[in-house]
Amino acid sequence: MLNSSPTSRLDRRGFLKVGAALGGGLALTVALPPALHPAFAAEGATAFAPNAFIRIDRKGAVTMVMPMVEMGQGIYTAQAMLLAEELGVGLDQIRLEHAPPDDVLYSNALIGSQITGGSQSIRAFWKPLRQAGAVARSLLLAAAAEQWGVDPATCRAGRGIVWDATGSRHLSYGELADAAVSVPVPPPESVALKDPKDFVLIGTPAKRLDTPDKVVGKAEFGIDVKLPEMKVAAIAISPVFGGKPKLLNENAARAVKGVRQVVKIDDAVAVIADHMGAAKKGLAAAAIRWDDGPNAALSSADIVRQLDEASKQPGAVARNEGDVKKALAGAAHRVEAIYQVPFLAHAAMEPMNCTVHVRKDGCDIRVGTQVPTRAQAIAAEITGLSKDAVKVHNHLLGGGFGRRLEADGIARAVKIAQQVDGPVKVIWSREEDIQHDIYRPYYYDRLSAGLDASGKPVAWTHRISGSSIYARYLPAAFKDGVDPDAVEAAAEPPYALRNIHVDYVRVEPPGIPTSWWRGVGPTHNVFVVESFMDELAAAAKIDPVAYRKALLTHNPRALNVLTVATDKAGWGQALPAGRGRGVSVQFAFGSYVSMVADVEVAKDGRVKVHRLVCAVDCGQQVNPDTITAQLEGGAIFGLTATLHGAITLKDGRVEQANFDTYLPMRIDEVPVVETHLIKSAEAPGGIGETATAAVAPAVANAVFAATGKRIRTLPINAELLRSTG
Amino acid sequence: MVYKIKVNGTEREVDVDGDTPLLWVLRDVLGMTGTKFGCGMALCGACTVHVDGQAVRSCVTTIDSAGESVVTTIEAIGATPQGKALQQAWLDLEVVQCGYCQSGQLMSAAALVASTPKPSDVDIDAAMSGNVCRCGTYQRIRAAIHRAAA
Repeated sequence: MLNSSPTSRLDRRGFLKVGAALGGGLALTVALPPALHPAFAAEGATAFAPNAFIRIDRKGAVTMVMPMVEMGQGIYTAQAMLLAEELGVGLDQIRLEHAPPDDVLYSNALIGSQITGGSQSIRAFWKPLRQAGAVARSLLLAAAAEQWGVDPATCRAGRGIVWDATGSRHLSYGELADAAVSVPVPPPESVALKDPKDFVLIGTPAKRLDTPDKVVGKAEFGIDVKLPEMKVAAIAISPVFGGKPKLLNENAARAVKGVRQVVKIDDAVAVIADHMGAAKKGLAAAAIRWDDGPNAALSSADIVRQLDEASKQPGAVARNEGDVKKALAGAAHRVEAIYQVPFLAHAAMEPMNCTVHVRKDGCDIRVGTQVPTRAQAIAAEITGLSKDAVKVHNHLLGGGFGRRLEADGIARAVKIAQQVDGPVKVIWSREEDIQHDIYRPYYYDRLSAGLDASGKPVAWTHRISGSSIYARYLPAAFKDGVDPDAVEAAAEPPYALRNIHVDYVRVEPPGIPTSWWRGVGPTHNVFVVESFMDELAAAAKIDPVAYRKALLTHNPRALNVLTVATDKAGWGQALPAGRGRGVSVQFAFGSYVSMVADVEVAKDGRVKVHRLVCAVDCGQQVNPDTITAQLEGGAIFGLTATLHGAITLKDGRVEQANFDTYLPMRIDEVPVVETHLIKSAEAPGGIGETATAAVAPAVANAVFAATGKRIRTLPINAELLRSTG
Repeated sequence: MVYKIKVNGTEREVDVDGDTPLLWVLRDVLGMTGTKFGCGMALCGACTVHVDGQAVRSCVTTIDSAGESVVTTIEAIGATPQGKALQQAWLDLEVVQCGYCQSGQLMSAAALVASTPKPSDVDIDAAMSGNVCRCGTYQRIRAAIHRAAA
C-alpha cells in the first residue's frame, strides 16, 4: 500500500498555472475568482498577483514563484531575497513555489529559456526580480496612498505593511491586495530600485529557506513522489550505447512477488512493480541479453587516438590576435604541451528518476529538472500531445551538476509510462546512473608558447579538440565551427597576451554521449591555461605568482583576487619536504577567483590536499554565506575529479559502476577550504561553478611545486608521482 | 510473507519477500521517504537508519534480518536529544546544500554522538566516512557535529 500524497500542494501548483497564464508576464493580472482554486482558497484567496513571481492573498500571505530550480546552490533563498528586498517583506513572511514550465514567464534571459545552469541565475534575474518586487511595492503604496488621500511618495513600506508619512496610519499588504489590483501598472523601468546602501536583505547572510525541511526528512525530491495507485519501475539500459534488448525472461520477472509488468522500449527494459525491491529483483530475474550494436568493441584508447589525430589539423578559429607565427619564430624559448581531461559522470546523490502518468488527454511529469520546458517539449513530442497537455511538476533536485540539463531520463520514463496504466515512477540504480550518464567530454588540448629572453610570453597558441555539446543541444549557438563552451576561458584568458591564437576542432566520439558538467568550459580550460601558464613561469624560472602578476597589470580585479588568495595562503613561506603550493587565477561566469592549494605528495605518489585558500570577487553579493558554501562545495566537487574522476570505456561499456569504482571524496579525505569574499559594487557574477574550475590547476601546480613533476592529464595518476627513493 | 516491524515507535505490517531491503519497505511500502536511496550497495550512506540504536545501511538490510528490531528513521530522530541538537546545528551552520544525503549524514552523526558524546576529528572521520556528499558539505558537517556535541 502506498501512501497518497496530500493533494493541496498539487492543486496549488495547478492553480499557479492558471494565475501565471492570466498574469501575462510582468503585466498586471486581474484578481482570480476563488472558485478557480478551492484548495488554495482555504488558506486565503489570492487577491493580488502583479506578475508571475509574486502573489499576495487577502491575509497577507506572500507566495514567491521560483523561476530557477533549487539543486543545492541556494538559489531559492537568493532569488527570494531579490524579490523580498524590493517588495518590502521579510524572508520569514514568504513561502515558495516551483515555477511551472514557461519560457516566456520564467526565462533565464542570458540563454533565452527556462534553464538553470551556467552559474547564471543571479546574473539573469538580478534586475528582473528586483523590478518585479519594486513594481508590486509601488502598486501597494499607491493603493494605500489613494485610501489615505496622500502622495504615494510620502508613504513607506516594510515587513508587508505600508505606513503613511506620520507613521500613524498603516495597512497590511493583505488589506491592500484587492485595491492594488486596480492601480495602473507602471513600466518596470520607470520604478526606482533601491540604492544598494539601503539594502536590508541583499548582501547580508540569510538563512536558507529550503533547509529546515531537509534536516527532518520532509523535503520532497523528485524521487520522493507519492501518488495513489503509483507503481515503481527499475530500468536496465543497454550496457553499450546504441544497443538494444534482444532476449529476456519475462516470465521469471513476473514470477517475483510484487512485479506487475515488464516493459520494453528502444534501448531499455523496465520492470514495473509495487515497490523498488520487487522491481529490482524482477529485473535481475529477467536476465536480459543485449544486442550491443555498432559500438561493441569501442574503448577509451580508440577515442583518445581519434582525438590525437584530429587535433593535428587546424580547427575553427575562436580568437586570433597579433601574429603568433612570427612571434613564435622570433621567440627565445619555446614551450609545447598536450593536456587531456577525461570523460566524467555527474553522480548526483539523487539517482535519476522520473514519475510519469500518461493518459489519452494528458501527461503529468513529476521530476526534478534543470530544464522544465525542454522536458515538456520532449514529452509532447513522444506522446503526440500538445505542450499544454503536458504538465511538468518540478521538484527539489538532489544535485544537478548539469546532469539534469538533459531530458533523456524523462524521455525514457515517458516511453515506459505510455505502456503502463496509471502513474509510474522510474528509478535508475546507481549503476545505471553512472553507466548511462551523458558525460563531460574528453578534451585533448595542444598548446605552444614562445618566451622572450626575459621569460615573458610573446606568443600563445591553444587548440582544443573534443565534442561539441552546443552543436547537439542548442545548434544556433554553434557558429562557424566554434563551440563557445568548449573555448570558454581559453579564448579570453585574463592575461595580457599580444599574440594569441585559439582554435577548436570538433571531434564527436562514437558510442558515448556528452553534455555539460559543473564548471562547463572553464573546468576544462582553466586547468589547461593555468597549468600551462605555470609551465611558462617554470621555464622562465620566475615565481608563478610574480609571473602572473606581471601579465595582469591591466586587470585589477584579477590581480586583486590573486593577491588576496596568495597573501592569505602564506605564499612564499617555507613548507616541509614533499609539500608544495600551487595557484590558479581565472575570470569565468562573470566572477574573478584565485585559489591556492597546499599539497603533500607521499613517497607512494598519493596526493593529500591539506588546504585550499580561495579569494573571490563576484561583484555585488546576494547571500554571502551561500557564496562561501558554493566555493567550499564547488572546490570539493572539482577536487574529486582532479584526484579520482574518470569514466573509461572497454568493449563499449563504461567500466565504472558505483561509488567503489567512481570514487567520491569523503569526509576523511577532504581539505579545509578557506574562502575570502571581496566586497565589490560591480555587477553580480556567477558563483556555483567557479571553484570547481579553479581547483584542478591549483592542485596540479602544487604537485609540481612539491615534486617537479607536471600534471598534464587528469585525474592525477599517483603511480607517476611515486618517488624512486 | 507478512513481516512485523517497529518503525519510529509504531508497529507496522508489510507483505513482501523476505529479501526486500528495509529501504524500499520504508520508502515504497510505508511511504516514509525521508530515508534516501543512493547506491544500493552500502557505499554512500544516504539510506542510513538506526536498527536497535545502531547506524545501518537500509539498502542492504533485508526485512527478514531486521526481524523484531526497533527501527528509527530521520523522521523521528529529532525526538532524541542528540538528533534534535544535530538538526539544529545543521541549520545554525547552514550545512545543507541539495540536502539529499543529509538524512543519512544526520543518522550517522546521531549514532556517533550517542555512543561518543564528545567525538574527536578522528572519531568523526571513522563514523562519517561512509556517508557521501557530492555537494561537498563535509567541512560544515564536521563543524556541526562538534557544535551539537559541545
